Amino acid sequence: MFEHYVSLFVKAVFVENMALAFFLGMCTFLAVSKKISSAIGLGIAVIVVLTITVPVNNLILNYLLKAGALSWTGLEGAENIDLSFLGLLSYIGVIAAIVQILEMFLDKFVPALYNALGVFLPLITVNCAIMGASLFMVQRDYSFGESVIYGAGAGFGWALAITALAGIREKLKYSDVPASLQGLGITFITVGLMSLGFMSFSGIQL
Amino acid sequence: MATDSVKDVVLSPVFKNNPIALQVLGICSALAVTNQMSVSLVMGLAVIAVTAFSNLFVSLIRSHIPSSIRIIVQMTIIASLVIVVDQVLRAFAYEMSKQLSVFVGLIITNCIVMGRAEAYAMQNGPVMSFLDGVGNGLGYAVILLVVGFVRELFGSGSVFGLTVLPTVQNGGWYVPNGLMLLPPSAFFVIGLLIWVLRWFNPDQVEKTEYRIVANSKAKIKETANV
Repeated sequence: MFEHYVSLFVKAVFVENMALAFFLGMCTFLAVSKKISSAIGLGIAVIVVLTITVPVNNLILNYLLKAGALSWTGLEGAENIDLSFLGLLSYIGVIAAIVQILEMFLDKFVPALYNALGVFLPLITVNCAIMGASLFMVQRDYSFGESVIYGAGAGFGWALAITALAGIREKLKYSDVPASLQGLGITFITVGLMSLGFMSFSGIQL
Repeated sequence: MATDSVKDVVLSPVFKNNPIALQVLGICSALAVTNQMSVSLVMGLAVIAVTAFSNLFVSLIRSHIPSSIRIIVQMTIIASLVIVVDQVLRAFAYEMSKQLSVFVGLIITNCIVMGRAEAYAMQNGPVMSFLDGVGNGLGYAVILLVVGFVRELFGSGSVFGLTVLPTVQNGGWYVPNGLMLLPPSAFFVIGLLIWVLRWFNPDQVEKTEYRIVANSKAKIKETANV
């Protein structure tokens, strides 16, 4: 059992890296990777939010939306209700709400962390990586425990990727890039090369 | 903005102010679904529909939305539209919806949709907003198709599944470039595409943060020699 969780984590970090294998969260990935410090900040925020939202969405799916999920209410005919078409709307609602709550919670109880992450938290709602992880969880039918591990792993992988990219970009700004390729263009090529590097993990069988 | 001509609103996001290439919005899904043209086309159409209608509906109720909760309202409208698109795809093109997997759902978090609702539809009338949505969706679809065209042509020697370059496996002459079917190639193709676009639109070029100074040691040597 433990082994299964470890392999799930490693797989989520390296083999199925959110950013470099599925291109999720690209908008913020490219926009906030100019400095290592802000990249780490955003990375941590993503880890935290993913570790919370994926399991919560898992509960929502299993106890509210799935076909027959409402049978615990004991109401007549509840086991015939299938609300899974409401999935997308509920997941994004849950993510937006959790980000908002997290922001208020940090502001009240952990002001230091709030000041460090404050700018990045609202950005996270529209980060495809968060939504994507929840959707992958649904598609692959993870259990509650698996979804906690998967959320943490996916977040960690994303944070790793953005920090690595920020490191490269900090060096890159001193190099002589052709004028039209400057900025966005060269970043795309860099990410492409990084993604090629991460492809080498894809042969690993876990 | 009310004086914008229809042509401008629809065409400028396609060529001059392309959401993917110049504003870097919504590239998340642009990369993952482009290894075949047919998939790119469906994705492009889905985004056009969602952007256009979300702009229309947001614009219709724009004066009734309190600004403090506007993000949630926009998000709900967008999510509902994406659910409609998802259900339609599942009903009429099940194979396609399998291939797109999670990326249909991810249209919700596509920054183009949200960005246009926030930037354009909140200020402009329904008709113009609808057209603006169509234009931006088109700009997105065009890039998707270009990238899909390059990747499918060189990756599997076909366009829309029809063989153009007969591959070696099928007794032709073209050795397919397997890299084009892998995720990293999407980054390369878009990066090069941006390079070409900015080459033709020099005012879009980003400024360098650091300019490399001429080699100062050489200068000192020169003066020392004199």
